[in-house]
Amino acid sequence: MNPIFPLQAFLHPLSQNPWTYLVFGVIGFAFGYVLEISGFGNSKKLAAQFYFKDLTVLKVMFTAIVTAMVLLFLSSALGILDFNLVFVPETHLWPGIVGGLIMGVGFIVGGFCPGTSLVSASTGKIDGIVFVLGALVGVWAFGETVQPYWEWWNNSGFYGRLTLMDVFNLPTGVVVLLVVFMALFMFWGGEKLEAIFGKKDLSKEPKLRLAGAGVLVALAVVVLVLGQPTAADKWASISAERTAALESRSVQIHPGELLGSLANQRLRVMMIDVRDEADFNLFHIRGAQHVPLGELDTIVPQLLSEPSANTVIVTISNDELEATQAWQLLVSNSVPNVYILEGGINNWISIFGRNDGEIHRRSGSVGEDELHYSFDAALGDRYEAARPLPHEWELEYTPKIQLQQRRNPSGGGCG
Amino acid sequence: MTTVAPAKPKKGLFNRPARPYVHPYVGGVLLGIVLFLAFLITRNGLGASGGLNRLIAGVEDLLVPGHIDRTPYLLKLAGGDLNPLDDWSVPVVLGAFFGGAVAGLLNGRTKFEINKGPSISNRARLVFAFIGGIFFAYGARMARGCTSGQALSGGATLSAGSWALMMCIFAGAYGLAYFVRRLWN
Repeated sequence: MNPIFPLQAFLHPLSQNPWTYLVFGVIGFAFGYVLEISGFGNSKKLAAQFYFKDLTVLKVMFTAIVTAMVLLFLSSALGILDFNLVFVPETHLWPGIVGGLIMGVGFIVGGFCPGTSLVSASTGKIDGIVFVLGALVGVWAFGETVQPYWEWWNNSGFYGRLTLMDVFNLPTGVVVLLVVFMALFMFWGGEKLEAIFGKKDLSKEPKLRLAGAGVLVALAVVVLVLGQPTAADKWASISAERTAALESRSVQIHPGELLGSLANQRLRVMMIDVRDEADFNLFHIRGAQHVPLGELDTIVPQLLSEPSANTVIVTISNDELEATQAWQLLVSNSVPNVYILEGGINNWISIFGRNDGEIHRRSGSVGEDELHYSFDAALGDRYEAARPLPHEWELEYTPKIQLQQRRNPSGGGCG
Repeated sequence: MTTVAPAKPKKGLFNRPARPYVHPYVGGVLLGIVLFLAFLITRNGLGASGGLNRLIAGVEDLLVPGHIDRTPYLLKLAGGDLNPLDDWSVPVVLGAFFGGAVAGLLNGRTKFEINKGPSISNRARLVFAFIGGIFFAYGARMARGCTSGQALSGGATLSAGSWALMMCIFAGAYGLAYFVRRLWN
């Protein structure tokens, strides 16, 4: 069975389902409510964090992070949630580091972060109201001044959808358990600091918190034991529906449709050529990216965080065998709008290269998914047939691309 | 902090006695559950600075639409037919404002006041709050998210960049804390 979460409605532009705005409003309400009852509307309480007197900020933040993390990866392990569809902020390392340091300055000088200043303002704290006004000036100032360093902001230290699992090359369950242990260690150290700097009496702290820590560790161990679903598991969960699509040939697009889509301004076509390097160098369609089948999983994170709502991906091999395997891998990883070039490069050349003197049909028997043509030179995309002009070709085909409009989940308009 | 229980407890929203905050670990678990549900249902976590950014872009779209179409950063938010307010972050920010307001009223903590350290004047506190707000929000947009969108939400999804910038927020604040100790102590 396909994971039911996140709900389908939230994968599409929100305006298609206006009730989704209300859901976000309710989530925001709960967010503000919890911030306020935790004491985050009070700048003195927030600032005390940085003088080791009251580590409420650290405790609330890291309890929230580990609670949400454990529940997220538990849901993913149980097959309820498709983690590939969850928005993971992309890593822009250097803008993150510099921006983080600037935020730290704002935190200790102003006494809030943006979320906490909102609840401070809405509970009548005048310093909170003034901080919100300053924050509005700050976001405005950023939009006006980012131009000169636009390149740096977009490209320096850019790693895309990168997780700690990728960085340390560890299984998800191990990272989850380590983060839980790290948080518990910080809570233990934090309480010691509060006792020293804040003169807090630790014996009055509820014993129940130890039980809570035990539950967190136990859940993290469950996540570790269950493991995260592999691409094969995911394919098994969707294979019936998707095999039907393959067999009814509703995802194999005619070369004419690919050519037309490349010329269509409203589509952003990404061609992924999964053949080996020799074949790719001999001939490929202009604009195609070369990603050998064995390396395809490395670009999945990039495809998942593809911001354009109108991107169509077309997998290409000599016939269809490897292109179909590539399609399966991408579809199993929840990449949207993936199609296969019908008949592959062989079919493409049989249409667009039939009058090209430098491309020769090979005689004799050729294996499945191998080139049916030989070339005088490895010209790559410099053959006429690699870049046919759309208006010169009138081809008959059944259009199959049905673009699913995707919502860009990165809210700040970044990326 | 009432010493004597009043014979008739006052019922009004604005004059009920202030109740203490919940225990930090309880608040943290509740916040974690809200964050988890947000991800589970909508694929998005929580956010604050992104929504503020869009509110400002909305104002600019009303006042100076031509300026937006010449500024690449704003173009992505509000260029052409795009409505800058048509985004998940906007209802979250508005909801957070009201959620905080209701929590403050129910618990008797809504009061016009200025929270500050004992050694600075009200005016100085407000000036620094304003400057701090500018810095924080500028940094948040540079980092593509603040404590909510990056540290909390990115942290829970184990995004490498979010963890790096979370460390930097704490590093920046701790690094400067000693030098601005008069603000808070």
